[in-house]
Amino acid sequence: MALIEVKNLEKEYVNEAIVTHVLYNLNFKIDKGEFVAIMGPSGSGKSTLMHILGFLDKASGGQFIFNGRDVSTLHDDELAEMRSSQVGFVFQSFNLLPRTTVLENVILPLVYTSTPARKREELATTALNSVGLSHRLNFLPNQLSGGEKQRVAIARALVNDPAVIFADEPTGNLDSKSGLQVMQILQELNADGHTIILVTHEKYTAEHAKRILRIKDGEIISDELVANRQFATGAKELIK
Amino acid sequence: MNLLEQIRSVWRIIGRNKVRSFLTMLGIVIGVMAVIIVMSVGAGAQSLILNQIKGMGSNLIGILPGKADEKGPPASVMGVVITTLKTDDIKALVKDIPTLTAGTGYVKGAETINWGEQKTDTNFTGVSAEFIDVEDAPVERGRFFTEEEDRTAARVVVLGSSVAEDLFGDQDPLDKQIKIKKTLFNIIGVMKKRGSSGMQNQDNQVFVPLNTAQKLLLGINYVSFARVKVDRAENVDSAMEQMAFILRDRHKIDNPENDDFSIRSMAQGLDAVTSITNALKMFLAAIAAIALVVGGIGIMNIMLAAVQERTREIGLRKALGAKNRDIIIQFLVESITITLIGGIIGIILGILISYAVAKTAQGMGYNWDFVVSLSAIAVGCVVSVGVGLLFGIVPARRASRLDPIEALRHE
Ligand SMILES: Nc1ncnc2c1ncn2[C@@H]1O[C@H](COP(=O)(O)OP(=O)(O)OP(=O)(O)O)[C@@H](O)[C@H]1O
Ligand SMILES: [Mg+2]
Repeated sequence: MALIEVKNLEKEYVNEAIVTHVLYNLNFKIDKGEFVAIMGPSGSGKSTLMHILGFLDKASGGQFIFNGRDVSTLHDDELAEMRSSQVGFVFQSFNLLPRTTVLENVILPLVYTSTPARKREELATTALNSVGLSHRLNFLPNQLSGGEKQRVAIARALVNDPAVIFADEPTGNLDSKSGLQVMQILQELNADGHTIILVTHEKYTAEHAKRILRIKDGEIISDELVANRQFATGAKELIK
Repeated sequence: MNLLEQIRSVWRIIGRNKVRSFLTMLGIVIGVMAVIIVMSVGAGAQSLILNQIKGMGSNLIGILPGKADEKGPPASVMGVVITTLKTDDIKALVKDIPTLTAGTGYVKGAETINWGEQKTDTNFTGVSAEFIDVEDAPVERGRFFTEEEDRTAARVVVLGSSVAEDLFGDQDPLDKQIKIKKTLFNIIGVMKKRGSSGMQNQDNQVFVPLNTAQKLLLGINYVSFARVKVDRAENVDSAMEQMAFILRDRHKIDNPENDDFSIRSMAQGLDAVTSITNALKMFLAAIAAIALVVGGIGIMNIMLAAVQERTREIGLRKALGAKNRDIIIQFLVESITITLIGGIIGIILGILISYAVAKTAQGMGYNWDFVVSLSAIAVGCVVSVGVGLLFGIVPARRASRLDPIEALRHE
């Protein structure tokens, strides 16, 4: 059984009688352990698709089946529960809470779970360790570089041990070196068995994934495995 | 989300907007403070009334010259001099009404009293010999004056305990002579300390025979008020009726409309005090209500601004798994924390002010207890939490309904 299965998925936004059709008749499956890049030009609907797959938004038609469950039947609280337990997000603009330490930022998703308070700090520290930030636990976001912020965001995305990690243009606000570090971490997480869905408009970044789904104007124009996969090895050594 | 984290986050919000938070809290502070004062002053006034009943006994009837409007005070209390009530009226009442056991008229004045080089400012009160029966006022040393001394306007005086202390210290004042208004008086007794039982300090005055006070000290022939004592409390009402009847007869009044006196039982007098304190309580309660509503609107305002400022944070929390309920709780805890802090400040200020009121009243000789009940503090806390809840719910719901994607896109 596929982890994610999308059948005839449609999305349109309706704002005061103006209907914007964004996604048309999408069909694909993603299995556990995959590393998929969703690639396409600006405005093609990549983020919209990611929001639907990440339980943040609802499709207007078709089906999205996650782990055998039809997501369109879920209520708000159930969607929140799915976001809490099944997915982690990494955003282009980091979205760390200001004036809140690195450690507390990473603990945040655990606050909405039944994880006991003692365990939270331990899990967050482990997650920060795996992105090479164990020496920044008590820093505030405004004391971090862009690359460090994005690594905190990755730690926050994986602290719940989610089934899928979504990354929407995670390298978009970073210089190429920090971008490579982020890609290396994502590749390592994938090698450890995490399913990763990366949204990008850059071919080079997309080629770090194993498979690329190309979208244009809300339609899938190609879906193929990466022939010459890029490996961001060694970038992480620069961290230390 | 644990409470400690929540409160820390509120602390950050308050710290970020110190002036705004303070102004917001001000309404709550004033409101809760007023609540505490209302309850404390109410209890204090009650203690005053109870002490008064205890001190004076409930079978006293007062007579004031001048007609009283229904519940209001008679004109004589308001400083208008009315000369219609005479000593003979009182004597006639006690003689003609069998249930009356004693009665006295009162006249009062303020004078400087000299004993050699020593002097003190005090009040002198002219009363008849029956005064000590009417008010159950015990004499500590020496004796009270007699009817004979009253009738002959003898120059004798009985000192209140604090006057005796002020003038004579450790010495024995009996048979010494003091000067009141250039007239020498022989001290024949000292009253026992009565404390401040009743509406005024009973110890800082001297007693002289009524006739003496009228003729020698004041040059008048009327009394400014009178009290009679009824044998049993249940006879008070019938005695009052008979008194009115006799006084009308003596003053040749046909129509009760034209009464030139008013008769009040102690209970009625207390009613007046109660209605004054009740009016004060209503006034403070109105202030409390207005301040709390204003404070509540302030809280709503600051929380709406917080929701606006933190839209992205709300979107993020939702993306990370927060349910609508989690967001509501977060914002309610914040508004309640702010109002509770304001409430605690209000409780402290309210207690301090009530204490000051009690001390001032005690300093003025009133028997006013300082009472802050646990229930007043509980009411203060409940009110402040309630305001936080009531006015926090709108912003909290607004926050919880934000669409996570739009919230995350918010600039
Ligand atoms: N709430 C909305 N209401 C109406 N139209 C919307 C809304 N959100 C997105 N759109 C439209 O949907 C289309 C796809 O947007 P989306 O954000 O998914 O693009 P994208 O592929 O992620 O682009 P980019 O690479 O610039 O991030 C755009 O044309 C956008 O204007
Ligand atoms: Mg996008």
